[in-house]
Amino acid sequence: MLDFITRLFGQQKQSRETAKERLRLVLIHDRASISPSVMGELKEELIAVISRYMEIDEDAIEINLSDVEDSVALVANIPVKNLKRTAQA
Amino acid sequence: MGEALVITSGKGGVGKTTTVANLGTALAKRGNTVVLVDADIGLRNLDVVMGLENRIVYDLVDVVEGYCRLRQALIRDKRVEGLCLLPAAQTRDKNAVNPEQMVALIEELKEQFDYVLIDCPAGIEQGFRNALAGAQRAVVVTTPEVSAVRDADRIIGLVEASQLPTPTLVINRMRANMVKHGDMMSIDDILEVLAVELLGVVPEDDYIVVSTNKGEPAVLHNNSKAGLSYRDIASRIMGEDVPIPVPAESEGLIVRLRRMFGSR
Repeated sequence: MLDFITRLFGQQKQSRETAKERLRLVLIHDRASISPSVMGELKEELIAVISRYMEIDEDAIEINLSDVEDSVALVANIPVKNLKRTAQA
Repeated sequence: MGEALVITSGKGGVGKTTTVANLGTALAKRGNTVVLVDADIGLRNLDVVMGLENRIVYDLVDVVEGYCRLRQALIRDKRVEGLCLLPAAQTRDKNAVNPEQMVALIEELKEQFDYVLIDCPAGIEQGFRNALAGAQRAVVVTTPEVSAVRDADRIIGLVEASQLPTPTLVINRMRANMVKHGDMMSIDDILEVLAVELLGVVPEDDYIVVSTNKGEPAVLHNNSKAGLSYRDIASRIMGEDVPIPVPAESEGLIVRLRRMFGSR
């Protein structure tokens, strides 16, 4: 009964929606199944690009797929050692 | 020359064996010659579901190892014309057979039957690869649960990675009332994530338990909801254009009364 009332007033998320959402997140991870070699490649390229603009700590870089609230994000933690002097006009 | 279909799922307990038994029986009732191959070596079940367990003399491994002729291992179902079972071995394991041997076996069966239905074991190991080896088409069975759909997704990927075309999907044990109340994923929810073609939807049906108790596929029973859905799926496998009805469960009086008074 209480269950019905909470539903009636829309306070409870329907379990169907919960299932869909959990499934969506799980499948993103499953399908991504980014192999360590692909992840390594991505890391190398990121380092190359970012190094053009700043000096970074290559050994301390962390790149992971993680859940951020309702979505999946590629999270990169890239410690910056020094910013390069940019010649601004 | 017949066609070989593998019925697979990844997760166990979603109804692969029930699906194979019912589709095979339905296809045979429509006048096709059909052989059901139990590829679940070591954990055979299709014989029991079909009610043919007492007639096994030789099995699939005996055939592959040359202890008997294929003809000797085939069990003819006396209830339906043109229906046969090739049972799995119970005392061996999945490594007793390799994919090359399965390809040869299925080829031989295709020469004699219109349809070869292969009951795949759960999992993604050797048994799965064996079951896939001789097939031209794959049918993935799932239920509207997160775990089953997740495994179905993995299996679809593995089937595509082999040389087979994208599998079609059977959603089993659907409960229309639960979907209506927002407590079960709908057909569309599942198709949205899996992005495959739907072959059929089978409603939850208590009669499946009864039919398994008896060893009599539900399609032989005229009042089984699941049996009717399996007949439709068999027609679709034969290439007929049968629309897929959205299962609307007829509600019992109790359910309606409960709804009226707002409790569940």
